[in-house]
Amino acid sequence: MLYSVIGYYSLILGLCFGLILIFFSVKNFQNSKFDTKILSFTFLQFFFVVISFLCLVVSFILSDFSNETVFNNSHTTKPLFYKIAGTWGNHEGSLLLWLFVLTLFILIFLIKSKNQPTKYKILTLVFQQIIIIGFFVFLIKTSNPFNFLFPTPEEGLGLNPILQDPALAIHPPILYLGYVGSSIIFSSALAATSLNLITKSWATHIKKWILVSWIFLTLGILLGSIWAYYELGWGGFWFWDPVENVSLMPWLALTTLLHCILVLEKKLILTSWVIILSISTFTLSMCGTFLVRSGILNSVHTFANDPERGLFILVFLFSLIFISLFIFFFFHKNNKNNPTSFFWLSKETSIIINNWFMMYFLSVVLIGTVYPIFLDVLSSQKISVGPPFYHKLIIPFLIPFLLMMAIGPKLKWVKSNLNNKIYLIILLIISILLSFLIVKNFDTNFLLNTILISSAIYLFFITLRDFFNKKYTNISQNISHFGFSVLILSILLNNLFSTEIITNLKVGENFKFENTKIIFENINQKEEKNYRSIIGNFTIQNSDGKIENMSPELRIYNQPNIVTSEADIKTTLVSDTFIVINLVQNQDYFNIRYQVKPFMIWIWLSVILISFGGLISLMKKDYEK
Amino acid sequence: MKILKLSIIIFIIFSFNQLMADNEDLKNKITKNLRCLVCQGQSIYDSDSEFANSLKIMVDKKIKEGLSEKQILSYFEDKYGEWILYDPLFNKNTYFLWLLPLLIFLIGGAIIFKKLIKKHK
Amino acid sequence: MKNKFLPFSLIFVFIIIFVIFYKGMKDKNIYIPEAKINKKIPLFSAELFHSNKIVNSSEIFDSKKFYLLNIWSSWCVPCREEHSLLMILAKDKNIDVIGLNYKDTKINATTFLDNLGNPYENIIFDKDGTKAIEWGAFGVPESFLIYNNKVIKKYIGPLNQKIITEIKKNVK
Repeated sequence: MLYSVIGYYSLILGLCFGLILIFFSVKNFQNSKFDTKILSFTFLQFFFVVISFLCLVVSFILSDFSNETVFNNSHTTKPLFYKIAGTWGNHEGSLLLWLFVLTLFILIFLIKSKNQPTKYKILTLVFQQIIIIGFFVFLIKTSNPFNFLFPTPEEGLGLNPILQDPALAIHPPILYLGYVGSSIIFSSALAATSLNLITKSWATHIKKWILVSWIFLTLGILLGSIWAYYELGWGGFWFWDPVENVSLMPWLALTTLLHCILVLEKKLILTSWVIILSISTFTLSMCGTFLVRSGILNSVHTFANDPERGLFILVFLFSLIFISLFIFFFFHKNNKNNPTSFFWLSKETSIIINNWFMMYFLSVVLIGTVYPIFLDVLSSQKISVGPPFYHKLIIPFLIPFLLMMAIGPKLKWVKSNLNNKIYLIILLIISILLSFLIVKNFDTNFLLNTILISSAIYLFFITLRDFFNKKYTNISQNISHFGFSVLILSILLNNLFSTEIITNLKVGENFKFENTKIIFENINQKEEKNYRSIIGNFTIQNSDGKIENMSPELRIYNQPNIVTSEADIKTTLVSDTFIVINLVQNQDYFNIRYQVKPFMIWIWLSVILISFGGLISLMKKDYEK
Repeated sequence: MKILKLSIIIFIIFSFNQLMADNEDLKNKITKNLRCLVCQGQSIYDSDSEFANSLKIMVDKKIKEGLSEKQILSYFEDKYGEWILYDPLFNKNTYFLWLLPLLIFLIGGAIIFKKLIKKHK
Repeated sequence: MKNKFLPFSLIFVFIIIFVIFYKGMKDKNIYIPEAKINKKIPLFSAELFHSNKIVNSSEIFDSKKFYLLNIWSSWCVPCREEHSLLMILAKDKNIDVIGLNYKDTKINATTFLDNLGNPYENIIFDKDGTKAIEWGAFGVPESFLIYNNKVIKKYIGPLNQKIITEIKKNVK
């Protein structure tokens, strides 16, 4: 109970510091002096957010059910690790996480920007504080994590067992470091625009923040997919669900921004576009938060919805948009006479083409996600937009996209001698042949698959060759692009070569299909801390002699009353085998699904590789200019 | 003659097996395209609800009756409305849905092209 | 003039988007399939509960009469609550109540009827739930008011007194 009080008043203090910071910032802006008090107050604001957050964590650990949030989302029998993770697994707690990242990032920004112009630092702080204060008010007024319940209930309502998983526990913090971290890019861009400071040195300065945000966002999305693979559905990892799309959209904008900032570092072009992208990334994050928390969409992942909260975020989001529009149109002066030359066969052109395609992909995801809302409001028709839509619009465009990724970085050298570029053509032919061999036994979409796989193999070869020949301008780009080719290849080959057997079996029965025999040996039943467990023991025999023992599990939880299915997945470098069982109502047999999924692990490893490229870029010192 | 008969039998069994596999693929393709009405954002393929299970049996029946994928999807759309289809139809409700991204792509290309020509001069 | 056009049109566009999102939040977003009013009832053949005979829908439904098709199961809790109202409706001579036993076992269903009474002229036995799909139903309980081989009204969820009164008025 005490912790709730401390937590609540810490929030109030944090809000007060926000207002104080605005006051001091305005005062100091005029005389361009950076009062050290500003840094101290920023630190104190962060400090009180941490206190508040810790109070909530402690309340969860102690199962303090006088706190309404703890009551709604926890249970005494939950294991300790998940009690802690339950802190941010709910609406109110996750907003505390938002505040944590928002205040942390501005603090680090101020510390690391000692050499930047004072007015720029102050203005960035002001814009970030607008966002922070908005969230404080949102939290305190509509989503207070420290509401009292009286009388204190004996037991909590428990957390959804599907959410009791290690990957899901760390997914929000990592994701938010990226997703919410893009706020600093937003604030900084607005500040720089107002002061006409969008320059090459600003680009170098903000690039580090873009990389940090991008790396965490990439890893955060990866964790979400890994969790979905192990917990939800039957071996799928991406469903084009609104909540997934909502994290993908800022990622697409941020990746585009990352490419642009590399240009802006060297040449003063694309300035307007960089500003627009910087604003859009965080705007998309806010828009995503609105879509997920307002109840306007329904999905497996959405938080409990509440129109009052939705309205607040909506007004907040559009206020930020209008502020950004005003600053952009009022302050941004586009210097028309650009002395820098611009050959069309250059690195800049390939980045512009990259932007072109990325914005297209972004528009596909954005339109697919919000169109049903628009249609419903405007004409009361309800439709669904699912994976087929996204696949049909994205996959054909991946082909030129992959080819450009391979050739693009080399474009400025094409002017020079063409002789040793023959390898470009040779590798292309090899890629096409290889792809043809792979695809010829599977006749679905034969032509499309062949061309697609050959483009991916081509990128794979080019980046690999460049790596070993040390013929790259930028090792981080080489690694990330290589990672991307592995990602696309893994997904395509996985799609092509996955097999599945679905059957109903009683204990002791077996099922044979092609070269695989599934034997349902027996079941074990156990009583665990908060669920009853039924484990099915299976032996899988392949015609080439391989024998595997697998034990999928069914968990029957008491609080709340649900049954979850825990797949047994055996992972090797070559493929995953995946098996789940399900109860069938009123029957004494189980429904069994057995899948063989090649190259699954490469999907995860390739994304790690992509973010690793970003990490290398972050750690590099800028030697060349 | 015997060899001919034997090879015909083997061919039939093989095609049947292939047909079964094809039917299974077709069933999966269709059920992945149908949305579960009583779940939150799951396809019939992914869902284990009673409704989804009944729908899967129905899809099996329709495949055995020899209906094509398009006909089966149309059957369910007739019963439950367009919302049950994950692949949106292309009709007056969805022209903007399908065409707007492509339009954006073309406009983006036009803008870039214009800018490049201008700079090149 | 061109300078002012772009910002103002953007502001205008965003205001429209704001309004649409605002309205979108207000509406309830659970999807309920439209009751295809005045649509013909499906033609199907089904197994009768008691006699195990397979009959065609035309044998169950006569175009001259009013029918209420009620989809129910013994494992469905709201079905128990609406059952007494069905018993009342069954007494009305102007309408026949037809049952569709959904994904149930004969034993449990029979026990259910023994305990709470049997208002049904006929019961269709839908073990795998496919007959209910023919009707465009997706859960229990659901009821369809039928006349002239057409669906006049569809009720999702358990019936209540108000609905029964309305039905009785309509079938006079």
